[in-house]
Order: sequence, then C-alpha cells, then structure tokens
Amino acid sequence: MFKHILRSLTGGPVTEASPGPSETALAELAGRVDRASKARLGRSLSIRQVDAGSCNGCELEIHALNNPVYDVERFGIRFVASPRHADVLLVTGPVTRNMADALRRTWEATPDPKWVVACGACAIDGGVFAGSYACVGAVEAVLPVDLRIPGCPPRPAELLAGLLALLERNATAP
Amino acid sequence: MEEGEDTLFGLLARIGRPVPDHRPWPRHVTDRAGWLTLIENLGVADWSLLGLWGEPAAVHAALRAEAAGEVAVISLPCPEGRFPSLSAVRPAAIRLERAACDLFGLTAEGISDDRPWLDHGHWGVRHPLADAPEQGATAVPYPFLKAEGHGLHQIPVGPVHAGIIEPGHFRFTANGETVVRLEERLGYVHKGLEGLMRGKTPTDAARIVARLSGDSTVAHSIAFAQAVEAALGVDIPPRAVWLRALMAELERVANHLGDIGAVCNDAAFSFLLAELGQLRELVLRAADSCFGHRLMMDRVVPGGVALDIAETGPKRLFDLTAELRRRFAPLVAVYDGKASLQDRTLSTGIVTTGLAARFGAGGFVGRASGRGLDARKAPGYAPYIELEFEVPVLTEGDVNARLWIRIREVEQSLSLIDQILRRMPGVPRGPDGITPPPLASMPAGRGGEGMALVESFRGEILTWVRVDADGTIGRCHPRDPSWFQWPLLEAAIEGNIVADFPLCNKSFNCSYSGHDL
Repeated sequence: MFKHILRSLTGGPVTEASPGPSETALAELAGRVDRASKARLGRSLSIRQVDAGSCNGCELEIHALNNPVYDVERFGIRFVASPRHADVLLVTGPVTRNMADALRRTWEATPDPKWVVACGACAIDGGVFAGSYACVGAVEAVLPVDLRIPGCPPRPAELLAGLLALLERNATAP
Repeated sequence: MEEGEDTLFGLLARIGRPVPDHRPWPRHVTDRAGWLTLIENLGVADWSLLGLWGEPAAVHAALRAEAAGEVAVISLPCPEGRFPSLSAVRPAAIRLERAACDLFGLTAEGISDDRPWLDHGHWGVRHPLADAPEQGATAVPYPFLKAEGHGLHQIPVGPVHAGIIEPGHFRFTANGETVVRLEERLGYVHKGLEGLMRGKTPTDAARIVARLSGDSTVAHSIAFAQAVEAALGVDIPPRAVWLRALMAELERVANHLGDIGAVCNDAAFSFLLAELGQLRELVLRAADSCFGHRLMMDRVVPGGVALDIAETGPKRLFDLTAELRRRFAPLVAVYDGKASLQDRTLSTGIVTTGLAARFGAGGFVGRASGRGLDARKAPGYAPYIELEFEVPVLTEGDVNARLWIRIREVEQSLSLIDQILRRMPGVPRGPDGITPPPLASMPAGRGGEGMALVESFRGEILTWVRVDADGTIGRCHPRDPSWFQWPLLEAAIEGNIVADFPLCNKSFNCSYSGHDL
C-alpha cells in the first residue's frame, strides 16, 4: 500500500491533458446560455446522469470520466446523486416507455437554470431501437435538449469535450 | 440418477418428436401430457433450466443434464395460449414465464406469481409480440409482496438510482438497519429488442443484439452469431473463431477489473477503484487500437468477424498482458491485506450453494457458491477446447468469494489471451496481397433453427434463433445470465444491513438491460 502511495507521489499524475471544448458543441450551444445562468454557475457543473433505457455502454464510458486518466472533477464537473443538486441532466438511451415518466419527473425535480445533454446515438434519435413499441425514441421527444454528444457509445474524450463546451459557453456567455 | 429413470434425451424421445434442422442440440415437440410428464420428471431429476421463451402459439424450454452433458429444447404448442407452469419445480422459470405472458399473452397455469413483469402498462399495446396484439393499455399500481411485523418499514429505491447505474426499482422492507425483504422490480429498460429483430437479416439483427447489454456486447454477439451459424450450417474461417475468443477475453478482463475496483469503492476504499480503473482503461485502449472500438461493438458478426486485428495488435496485447500481470498482483495483495476492507466483504451477502444450484446461476455468482459450470468448458466451444485454463470455484458464497473468483478469472483470462495470440492461425494472404477479413458469406434463401451457449463475463448466455426460409430472423431469444442471478440477490441481502446493499449489488453486477430485453 505504502509502496503504491510512494510511487504515485514520485511518478507524477496519470491524468491526461484536456481535449479542449468541442467546436461543434460550442456552436450548438451558442445562445443557449444567458447571463443569469453564468452568474449562477460560475465555472462548475453538477451533473445528474439518467439512464433512460441505455444498453449500459454509455454508462461505462461516463464512468471512465471519473477515473484518474480523465479526472473530470479537475474541471469543476462532478456527478451528483440527486437531480435537486444538478445543473445538467446527462441522458442516455432511447427513452423506453417504462422510463419516460421517471425521466420527466427527474427533470421537474431539477432546479432552473438547467440543461439537458443527450448522450449517445440512442438518446439523439433512438439508435437501433427507433420505432420499437417500447421506446419513445429521441430524448428530445420528452425533454428540451440543449446539447447532443454523438457516438455509440461516445468515447470519454468526446464526452469530456462536449461537457467542456457547456462549461466554456457558460463562462463566456455575454 | 437412479437406475431405471430416464436420461434427459431418453425422456424427450419418449414424450416428444424431434424437429429436423435444429442444431447443434436436439429440439423435441411434445403435447400437454408430455409437458406434464416433463414437470413430474423435473421434480426428481437434477436437470437445470437453461431458458424459457415464448412464441405466438408455443412455449420452449431449454434444459441441461449436467452430468451426462446433454442439452435439449422442448416445445409445447399452445394454441389456446396456456401452458402448465414450470415454476413449482424450477423457481427460476417464474420471471421468464411472466415475461412470456407480457410479450406473447401466454398464460402459465399454476404459476405462483402472475403479476406482469416487463409490461408496466406504458406500451400502448398488450402482448406486443402475439399474433394479434391488443391495442391500448393502462398502467395499474404494482402490488409488492407483503412483509408484515412489528416495526417494519419500507425503503423504495429507484428506478433512477443515485449513481451512474442502470434503472430498476428495489423495495426494501427493513427492521431498523436489517433488511427483512428485498423485492426487485425490473423491466424499466425494456426496449422491445426481440420484436425489433424479427424480419431483419442476421447481419442487421446482429447490430441490435450487440446493444442488448453494452458490457457484454462481444459475448452476446458471439452467442447470436454462433446460433445463426448453427441454424444455417455455416462454417466460419478458423481465424475468426480465435479473434472472437480474443475479444471475449479482453471484455472479461476489462469488466472484472472495473467491477473489483467498484466493489471496493462501495466499501469506501476508493484507492483500488482508482488503480483498477486505470488498468481497465489500458484494456479498453488496447481493444480500441486493435479493433477500432473500445468495447469492440459490432466486431463479431454472423459469419465471422467484421475486421481483422490491427497489424500492431498482437504486440500491443502481449505488452498489455505483461503490464497487467505486473500491476494487478500487488493490488490484489492490497485487497488481501486490508482487514478493514475484508470486514465489509467477508460473510456479507451470502448465497448458499443450494440456492445457486436451484436457480441454475452461472458466472462468478454461481462459482462463488459451488456451481463450477463454465460454457467454455461444458458444453465447450472452439477455440477453448484447445486452450488450457482453470475455472475457479469457491463455496462461501459471500461478497469476498465473488471478488476472489473474479480475481482468479482475470489471471486465467490473461493467460488465455497469451495462448490465443501464440496459437491463432496466421492471416490468410490473397494472391494480390489483399487480405480479406475472416468472414464467411451467409447463405441466402435458407432457414433453420440454432442455439448457442456462450460464456460472458457474467456467466452463461443462451441464444436461440429461428431463421425463416427467406433468410430473415423469425424469432430470436437471447437469455442473459442475469435472469438466474437477479433472484439470488434478493436472497443474498436478507438479514444484512441496508448499507451493505450497494456492496452486494455490485458484487453481483447483474445486467438490467440484458434482462429487460
């Protein structure tokens, strides 16, 4: 144990450099973030992740954001346990009909100002599950969506770039 | 088995007639009397239930006689939409029968629990996969099972959980800190996957089944591909067989590394999560550089694999296994040496060997409770038959035992990866220097039925498929190992404190999506 700690102290951090904010995400977010929210949020984001029917692939990669290699907390982004503490809902999955109600209620429990990020192919347009009797489809059919992060699943670096764009836009909003 | 009693094959030959074109194991069709004889025999025989699934006017059950190594499917036509329930003799059938009722409108007569399971009343249709689905549906309150007594209170949890986890509902009844009863309610992530696969070509359906459970995408893709290849009698290139196994072992290692860390984190020992999370990341990056996708989704397809390993791949993977061996062992020593951590995992969440056997639980849940089955060994499939590895088994059945099984499986899989890399057949070179991917073409205009048993990191997957004469999927049922593990979690937590539930739950890590279909 002590050997590990010593090596961590002498070996330097394993965390990689930031990928920088995604340009496409910045463009999508233009005009979405106003002065009021800037004042409220400063340079931090609290994210409540909601699985609305995902295959769990997106969750695996969102989890990776918390590992020491990506270390999302260094940017002031953290995952919170309750929607009442959240600024952002990070929604995955093709919104199953069995989850639509829970998703809506989670959104209602989130205080304003709030953003919804549709994460992954299913959340954006239903993915391979579009058209099923059991799925609503895109998250947008249930909630207003501010940002889309494509991928099946998105890589952690892509997730990070999208979230950084949200942070960036938020910090530089007029 | 006593002398004079039927073997599984013997009984099926007596009560049913074999169906042609079902591979590699036999399928028999029986009548109501034969089905009742089967139930009688299941009461005394130790055959395990491998799966149970419906069709618009039939029900199928897959069974295995472990000692004799016999696997078979038995089918009962039910034109009136009713069949005698297997739940009294095989409790693991209960949720499968409830699902068959929700999807196909098949009533299991005599089932001890006839509440809906996957259908929460939101689909706008009842029995969506039946020949004539009923339009319109309303959600009705779900009656949870009762637990009554002085001072008991309920704790509802979910479907939206506190962490980055899949959705499901847990209803705890507790006496102070102690859990008296846990009841699971699942089905929240039901996506109608079986319905979506109908009428698709095997290649298109493979993209859907690859998204049944993201953490087992390789294993589910292999199971589906093997079932389709069995149904159509397709031989795949030998190199594809080895590449599939290589991806499957990488997937196993990645999941085990992540979960071992996560279990320790649930006991507030975040150091191991941080360290093992880095190792998991190494595996995913190696997978990405070898196969172009971190989770290796859509790489295994019917007929073989969609692409060969990158040229630099073998070297990269040899380096990976060497680095993992160097870094994993000292971390295991940390786990082994922390009394305060083991205080949380030892004797917590016990699944008895009897219960694991009754539910036919596979994977690390079964193996930590004395049930040492592994589909890679029995019935076994290529290339594992030619590889050397051990299947670890313990009998304590607690969180600690499940962790140790996973630790040992990481070690075995690292050895398997090295063996596969050394023994894999070489890249076939075309005369013009172009190397085609190891992929056999699928025959058109031919049908058949096939099934496969494939070991995912979580346990044994059964996939059954019927390919219609026009070459499209008529019916496919992928049965995730979670079906037989979720019920045991309810038993494991009983008598433990509420605060130990995350620990127990993570030590099972059942799939919600894989189960909900």
